[in-house]
Amino acid sequence: MAVLRGRAWVFGDNIDTDLIYHGKYLPLTDPSEMAKHAMEYVPGMEDFSKRVKPGDIVVAGRNFGSGSSREHAVLCLKYLGISGVIAESISRIYYRNAINNGFLVLECPGISKKVKTGDEIEVEPETGRIRNLSTGEEFQANPISGLEKEIMEKGGLIEYIQSLIER
Amino acid sequence: MGMTFAEKILAKKAGLLKVKPGDVVTVEPDRALSHDNAAAIIKLFKSIGLEKVWNPKKIVIVLDHAVPAPTDKHADNHKQIRRFVAEQGIEYFYDVNSDGGVCHQVFCEEGFALPGHVIVGSDSHTCTYGAFGAFATGIGRSEMAGVWALGEIWFRVPESIKIDLEGVFPEGVYAKDLILRIIGDLGADGADYKSVEFSGSAIRNMSISERMTLCNMVIEMGAKNGFIEPDEKTLSYIEDIAKSEFEVIKPDEDASYERILRYNLSKLEPLIAKPHNIDNVSPVKDLEGVKIDQALIGTCTNGRLDDLKIAASILKGNKVAKGVRLIVIPASWKVYKEAIKERIIEILIESGAIIAPPGCGPCMGNHLGVLASGEVCISTANRNFKGRMGNPESQIYLASPATVAASALKGVITDPREVL
Repeated sequence: MAVLRGRAWVFGDNIDTDLIYHGKYLPLTDPSEMAKHAMEYVPGMEDFSKRVKPGDIVVAGRNFGSGSSREHAVLCLKYLGISGVIAESISRIYYRNAINNGFLVLECPGISKKVKTGDEIEVEPETGRIRNLSTGEEFQANPISGLEKEIMEKGGLIEYIQSLIER
Repeated sequence: MGMTFAEKILAKKAGLLKVKPGDVVTVEPDRALSHDNAAAIIKLFKSIGLEKVWNPKKIVIVLDHAVPAPTDKHADNHKQIRRFVAEQGIEYFYDVNSDGGVCHQVFCEEGFALPGHVIVGSDSHTCTYGAFGAFATGIGRSEMAGVWALGEIWFRVPESIKIDLEGVFPEGVYAKDLILRIIGDLGADGADYKSVEFSGSAIRNMSISERMTLCNMVIEMGAKNGFIEPDEKTLSYIEDIAKSEFEVIKPDEDASYERILRYNLSKLEPLIAKPHNIDNVSPVKDLEGVKIDQALIGTCTNGRLDDLKIAASILKGNKVAKGVRLIVIPASWKVYKEAIKERIIEILIESGAIIAPPGCGPCMGNHLGVLASGEVCISTANRNFKGRMGNPESQIYLASPATVAASALKGVITDPREVL
C-alpha cells in the first residue's frame, strides 16, 4: 500500500455520521454531489469541501464516525479526494465501512493534539508510522494487515468478493 | 478459562473449540436484515455479478425508514425492493402495510430474534436482538451485499464488558434511564468494538421490552453487540412465534471480562441526554423548565405497548401544553392495533397527540415531524446528534416515555415524578 502525504485537517471528538454526512443528503447518489456535503454540519467547517485539496488527510479525536451504518459518511470523504482518516479512535461500523470501501482509516492515540490543521503529514499504512513533517514528530498507529489489507488492496469488499468468485 | 457469550457463539458458528478476543473468524449468519437501504444493497449485490442471493429464507426486509414514501425518490427505491424480493423469492418481506413497522420491532415480533443466532442487519440498532440471547450487530451496505452474495461475514472476536444489575426501579425510573446512566458513565465510545453482557437479578425482573431498550442502545456507547441470557420470559415470548430452530448459548461462569460494572437500580433517578451527544447525561430535575416545541414518543428504542401505556397513564384526562406538538409513533402495526384495542390511542388523541404510522420518520429527519430552526424536541429515541431530526439548528433531548409525556404536558422539561 502506497505511502500517503498530505495536509491535515484537524477535527475534535465525536464527529458522528450526521456531522460527516447529513441524513437529508442520503438520496444523493452522484459522487461529486455527495462530496460537496462532506463535513458540512461540523461547526466552522461548513465550506470544508471547497477548501480541501485531493490528498488531504482528516485527523480527528475520539469516536470518529459514531452513529449510523450509512456508508455515505465514508464515501463523501473518499469522493472528495481525502486520502484517509487518522483518529484517536474510530467507531466500529465506520471502521468496517471504510475498509470495505477501500478508504484508509487508522487509529492513533494522541494524534489530534499533536497535529494542527495545515501541517503536512506522511502515513505508512502497512507499518502504521505517521510523521508530522511540519514538526518532525513521529507517531505509531495500528497498521493495516491481514484480511483488512487484502480488502483494501482490491479497492473494497465488493471488488474483493468479485476476485474470490472469479478465482 | 471459560468463554464469554461472544467468544462462545463465534467459536461455535466458526466451527472452532476456542477463540479469544482479537481472533478473526468467518461465520454464516442465521438471518440478515435490511430496511429501505435494501435498494442500495441490491445495486451493490448486482455489481458483484451474481444472479441469486445465498439463501432467500435467511434474508428479512422491512420497509420502515421513509414509509409511506415521502418523495418520488423513496417511492422508486421501494419499488425496486419489491421487484427484487419477487425475483429472488424472499418470503420475509414486510411492506408498507399493516403487518410491518419499525424493522427492529417487527423482527422481534415475527420471531426472527432468537437465542444463539448470529444476526446481521444493515442498521446500527440491530444490536437490539441481544435481548433474546442472539449475537446481533449492525453492518454497512457493502457488507450486507457480501452476505447476500456469499452467506458469510468476518468478525473480530470482541472483548467483553459485563454489567451486573440489581435492585428495583424507583417510581418514575425506567430502563431508558438506566441505559442513559450507563452510557453517561462509560462514554459514547466506552464500549467501542466490545460485547456488552447484562446480567444480575434486576435483568431477570425486566420485561422483554425493557431488555430491548437496553440492548437497542449499546451501539450508542460503541458496542458491537449487547447480550441478555435467555430465561423463561424469553422462551415464553418466542414459544409460538419462533421462525426457526434455536439453541440457548450462555457465557461460561468462569469467563474473563475486560471490565465488570455494577449498578443498583434503586439508586437511579430520571435522566436526560442533552444536545448533541448521547453521553451528555444529566438528571431531569436539573433541566426542568427548558421550553420544548415538540415531543416524540416512539422509535425502535421506546415505541412499544408498555411505552405508550406509560405515556397514556400520564396524559389521561389532560391536554398537551399549548404550543407543543406531541407525536406518537407506535413501533409496529401490531403495537398500534393493541394500543387501539386497549384504548391507549384514544387517550393519547384526546390529550392532543398526533399518531403517525409506524416507521422511523422524524427520528432520523426523514418526514412526519422534522424540526424547524431553533426548535427543541424531547424524544424517546436513541440519538441526539446535531441535525439528527432534520435540522442542525434544532436541539434534541432524549429521555424515557414518562419524562417525554410529562414534558409534553407541561410544555417544559419535567421530572415525571411530579405528575405520576
